[in-house]
Amino acid sequence: MNKTVNQKAWFLVLPVLVLVAFSAVIPLMTVVNYSVQDTFGNNQFFWAGLSWFEDMLSSDRMWNALGRQLMFSAIILAIEVPLGIFVALNMPKGGFWASFCLVTMSLPLLIPWNVVGTIWQIFGRVDIGLLGYTLDAIGIDYNYTQDTLDAWVTVIVMDVWHWTSLVALLAYAGLRSIPDAYYQAAKIDQASRWAVFRYIELPKMAGVLMIAILLRFMDSFMIYTEPFVVTGGGPGNATTFLSIDLVKMALGQFDLGPAAAFSLMYFLVIMLISWVFYTVMTTLDAREGK
Amino acid sequence: MAKITLDNLAHSYLPKPRSEDDFALKELNHDWADGEAYALLGASGCGKSTLLNIISGLLIPSQGRVLFDGVDVTTAPTADRNIAQVFQFPVVYDTMTVRENLAFPLKNRGMDTAEITRRVQKVASMIDMEDRLDRKARGLTADAKQKISLGRGMVREDVNALLFDEPLTVIDPHMKWELRTQLKKLHNDFGHTMIYVTHDQTEALTFADKVVVMYDGRVVQIGTPQELFERPAHTFVGYFIGSPGMNLFDAQIDGRTARVGDTSVDLGQSYTAQGKTQIGVRPEFIRLQSGGEGIPARIRRVEDVGRHKIVRLDVEGRPVSAIAGEGDTIPADIDHISFAPEGVNVYADDWRVEGRA
Repeated sequence: MNKTVNQKAWFLVLPVLVLVAFSAVIPLMTVVNYSVQDTFGNNQFFWAGLSWFEDMLSSDRMWNALGRQLMFSAIILAIEVPLGIFVALNMPKGGFWASFCLVTMSLPLLIPWNVVGTIWQIFGRVDIGLLGYTLDAIGIDYNYTQDTLDAWVTVIVMDVWHWTSLVALLAYAGLRSIPDAYYQAAKIDQASRWAVFRYIELPKMAGVLMIAILLRFMDSFMIYTEPFVVTGGGPGNATTFLSIDLVKMALGQFDLGPAAAFSLMYFLVIMLISWVFYTVMTTLDAREGK
Repeated sequence: MAKITLDNLAHSYLPKPRSEDDFALKELNHDWADGEAYALLGASGCGKSTLLNIISGLLIPSQGRVLFDGVDVTTAPTADRNIAQVFQFPVVYDTMTVRENLAFPLKNRGMDTAEITRRVQKVASMIDMEDRLDRKARGLTADAKQKISLGRGMVREDVNALLFDEPLTVIDPHMKWELRTQLKKLHNDFGHTMIYVTHDQTEALTFADKVVVMYDGRVVQIGTPQELFERPAHTFVGYFIGSPGMNLFDAQIDGRTARVGDTSVDLGQSYTAQGKTQIGVRPEFIRLQSGGEGIPARIRRVEDVGRHKIVRLDVEGRPVSAIAGEGDTIPADIDHISFAPEGVNVYADDWRVEGRA
């Protein structure tokens, strides 16, 4: 193939480059800039090299936040994915009730995150909240502002309430795309309910489930608003996830250098995990072709 | 294998059918003989899939009974009927290998491993997939997948019947022919009762010993391909089978003669027919003439389809087709047509009338 060389073609890419530069690259570079400098105020900066990164890597605070973050993501994925599939399997297949379920289930997804946090903050309060008051009244010692376990349970239940619908809706879409003939063939083959799920429904849902898992992982890994509104990261640091910790560091303590180093590493971790997901998904797709 | 009896069967998708029109499948009595290959032929929406689903148990008829070898299975679930069905779109279990796919129905029935292995091997050679047994089923071509779904039925050696619901719709044309031949061979070798639903007359005529033609929820004729061609029992059969279909002429029937327009046609036999009377003549039995006797006609065009020529004519403003040999020259001055007497059928209200000598 003879390709015509025309360097002027680069001008066509220019608008995109400019746009991306202003919206992403330059802001990111200012963070890089902060991460390698130190300041004592007065807008005077000193070269600090990689010392903030070294500090951060040896800081228990960051590792603890990362540990809590991973645990949180793992728990909500372990609950929301099976629960979402279960809900999708039991939804009506068509007609009025199917639409009714779809709309009802979409509602939590439409509520602003701040509001979700506020709802659960009030819901769980022992003095006036329906949940907190009821639990207290039937003798369960529940107080999310003081008890670590209670705080975790509240934050996790809130996330499950907020996001299981997303997994369920995606799984439902996957299920609806299965032609009836599959179920009929399974009947003729005398397949058990479990076999139908294992060999028909699950493989057909695999694609959308991967997307659901990726979306839920990314979102939960970056979660900030809801736990911040409910627990403010407490009690102590019990529910201080990465984003909450980062904001405390950058805006609360105004430690710009460490916070910048922290955010870059945070960013890299998310990129890395997303890349792993992407690779796994594409290799799965490629294997289908064989 | 079993004889399948449909006793007084009818089905309506409406909960309370009022008139006959509400029935998707009108009342029907029929025996499907053991070991025969049937084709269920008809246009889309004529009730053939309804009938198939009633036999396979995916649908419970609103009246009548289905008997397998005399045993009433009308309300028995699909699994208890021991039938196999191949669907329009190939159904395979994607994540399993070909071998696991074939073994699946046996495994679900709790058969022991040695027997499963033996049967899978046997079926694999029947459907010619021995070399691909350990491949995942998901990447295979549509025809290979369709063979697997067929194999999943055949692996149960004692199936009462193999049902096919337009199985070749998604298969490439050149593979269609091959698969059909293979099906035919399997039927000859193993003698399963087979019911094959299709709207393609070529498929039906080449596959089946007996073709069941359905029209508007009713079985209009059951017969061998030859019977359907020579003695269509209903004008729909005449029109639907054959390419092009049968020509119909409005005619007054009077004993041994029919009057078409101003022309008398000798029928060779005596008929009594009432109602809307027509005569039907297949294009193969129409002779072209210039001058002389016959029905006035005008040639509109001649289509050469390779094996023969199709002559499109105009008879009193209505289209008529005739077939001429590939080598025949069609003179431009053709102005009359006549009929070969053995090719004329008489219809009253769309149903064929039997003549007397």
